[in-house]
Amino acid sequence: MEIVYVYTKKRNEFGRQCNFSDRSAELHVDILPDPSLAVNFIERDPCDVPIQCTQEMSEHEVNTERFESDTRGINHVEGGWPKDVNPHEMEQTIRFRKKVEKDENYISTVMQLGNNMEHCIKQNNAIDIYREYFEEEEVVEESEVQPSAKTINVFRDPNEVKRTASSLSWHPDGSRKLAVAYSSLEFQKVSKDMSLNSYIWDIENPNKPEMTLKPVSPLVCLEYNPKDCHILVGGSYNGQIAYWDTRKGSQPVEMSTIEHSHRDPVYRVIWLQSKTGTDTFSASTDGQVLWWDIRKMSEPTERLILDPNKKGNLDNALGAISLEFETTMPTKFMVGTEQGLVVSCNRKAKTPAEKIVCMYSGHHGPIYALQRNPFFPKNFLTVADWTARIWSEDIKESSIMWTKYHTAYLSDGSWSPVRPSVFFTIKMDGTLDVWDFLFKQNDPTLSVKVCDEALNSLRVQDNGHFLACGSQLGTVTLLEISSGLCTLQKNEKALATAMFERETKREKILEARHREMRLKERSRSEQSKEEDTKEGDGEESPEELITRIEKDFYEIVEAELKKRDKGEEKKVRLILNSFTGLRVVRGSLRVVKGSSKIVKGFTNKGGGPDSTL
Amino acid sequence: MCAEVEETLKRIQTHKGVIGTIVVNAEGIPIRTTLDNSTTVQYAGLLHQLTMKARSTVRDIDPQNDLTFLRIRSKKHEIMVAPDKEYMLIVIQNPSE
Repeated sequence: MEIVYVYTKKRNEFGRQCNFSDRSAELHVDILPDPSLAVNFIERDPCDVPIQCTQEMSEHEVNTERFESDTRGINHVEGGWPKDVNPHEMEQTIRFRKKVEKDENYISTVMQLGNNMEHCIKQNNAIDIYREYFEEEEVVEESEVQPSAKTINVFRDPNEVKRTASSLSWHPDGSRKLAVAYSSLEFQKVSKDMSLNSYIWDIENPNKPEMTLKPVSPLVCLEYNPKDCHILVGGSYNGQIAYWDTRKGSQPVEMSTIEHSHRDPVYRVIWLQSKTGTDTFSASTDGQVLWWDIRKMSEPTERLILDPNKKGNLDNALGAISLEFETTMPTKFMVGTEQGLVVSCNRKAKTPAEKIVCMYSGHHGPIYALQRNPFFPKNFLTVADWTARIWSEDIKESSIMWTKYHTAYLSDGSWSPVRPSVFFTIKMDGTLDVWDFLFKQNDPTLSVKVCDEALNSLRVQDNGHFLACGSQLGTVTLLEISSGLCTLQKNEKALATAMFERETKREKILEARHREMRLKERSRSEQSKEEDTKEGDGEESPEELITRIEKDFYEIVEAELKKRDKGEEKKVRLILNSFTGLRVVRGSLRVVKGSSKIVKGFTNKGGGPDSTL
Repeated sequence: MCAEVEETLKRIQTHKGVIGTIVVNAEGIPIRTTLDNSTTVQYAGLLHQLTMKARSTVRDIDPQNDLTFLRIRSKKHEIMVAPDKEYMLIVIQNPSE
């Protein structure tokens, strides 16, 4: 049923002014109730109707627009000269001054004030009332304050479409500014309106970034030059390296040529220690580590392909995700790969094959953070998959200390620059963990939930007091750590040294034992091969083999237990530590090792229990 | 008579640790100064306001009272201000030399 109302107007009346007039209401449509439609409906019985007898209230929120205020000052340069005196004319001012000096009032006033003043001056010279006369021992307050972290400021991405804050870098002089690189690292999530800019924030002003950096492609990593606080180098998503000078504006001063850059996003770029202060190197998942001199960005100065077979084959290369460089050891550097290996390299090697010195394996996923301990450069921290591990350079088989497996992926980590035993890690569930392994080893000393989304990057300020962490939605949070976690405790260095040494020694011993066991295995299997040929018995059937082996095993276990009761367990206990996990496996092997000594006495019958275990 | 004034000011200036002496009038015009003009005017302007404030504070607490002397001790030096109705004598001294 269509209801139509027609309105007509003559063509020659178009454009005329509207003359409004009053008229009474007209009924245009009247739709009467149609009882036949009632068939489609059922009466509801009973009806539940809630009634509340209260005052009706409504809630409103009002948020005023942020009032931006700016502080300005005026500096007076000249005093209030009377109208007839021109302050720039030396003669007039001198004349005025002379006139004043002849004034009676002036003379008496100055004499009187002068007397007062002299009295105070002499007082000051006589004794310095503010000097510390009693040199007391500075009583260090060992107040048991709970370690805490407080959020000082939050810097949000000013753009509509939020990107991840993928890298942070503190200003080298006094850390007043923070440079943040924004990019979207998720696969194919880059939209057209996503801004490419990265910002430099002044930590006092979270409302507006101090400076914008406009790269050609979003920046994945960004670093201030520690020697020159105006220069920053950034690695971008398309593999190019660019450098900025904050005095010259938002556009990069120079960018590397695309043909010679990386083929994948540049995940890490670090400044090197050099006389000119212009050398950097960068790493990317395309398997290359490139060295650059920012004065000449057209070509990298050196290239290294991370091929584990040392052949320089790009197809085999491991993708690099993190780099480590310590200025105290300028010839060595380390690369953390996507495959979970840490590759230690020597820069000064003659051939590319010698460049890769050794590899450390032990992680299941890409190594997001890699850093040497600033106090103990032989030990370094790696953060990957669900754990953080501490390694010693000499032990290549495994890490010397590790955290338990967390429920969330760890995305970044860093040592504290002031305390050798403290390090920070951040997780994908938005928590920041502060670990102090001299205090507690199984759990973090402090765990703070920074935000609801995943945290991606972490950077500690040089004084160890403040740290900034960047999240997936581009929010950078500045936190202050309680003083207990950033002041060096007494004996801390000695205790940390002792701990590292102890753990390193433990691992060394385990490594040595492992090697011994393998050697024994090999020699025994060789021996057994000879014996087999001597016996000429032919193969036993698998069942017989199994029953024989079982019998051997039980005999050995019983003998070992008896041995234990005699008190030889001391040797095994000394080395075990309270850390979790994998040691259980090693423990059982050790049992076998002890028992294999007994086995030597018996005749050697085939593989023995070692192989079944 | 002027000679006495000269002598007083010179004596003040030659005391140990004194960095500068300024005599300013109520309009902020430096009559006598041993520092450069811009510093002098800055000191004069700022200290005038501070002295006014200090004086009004003292008088608010006790109307019979009045400000005679103002000393500002800072990390680097001490600023001493002897205020008067029309003129002000400012001396900057570094006592711990």
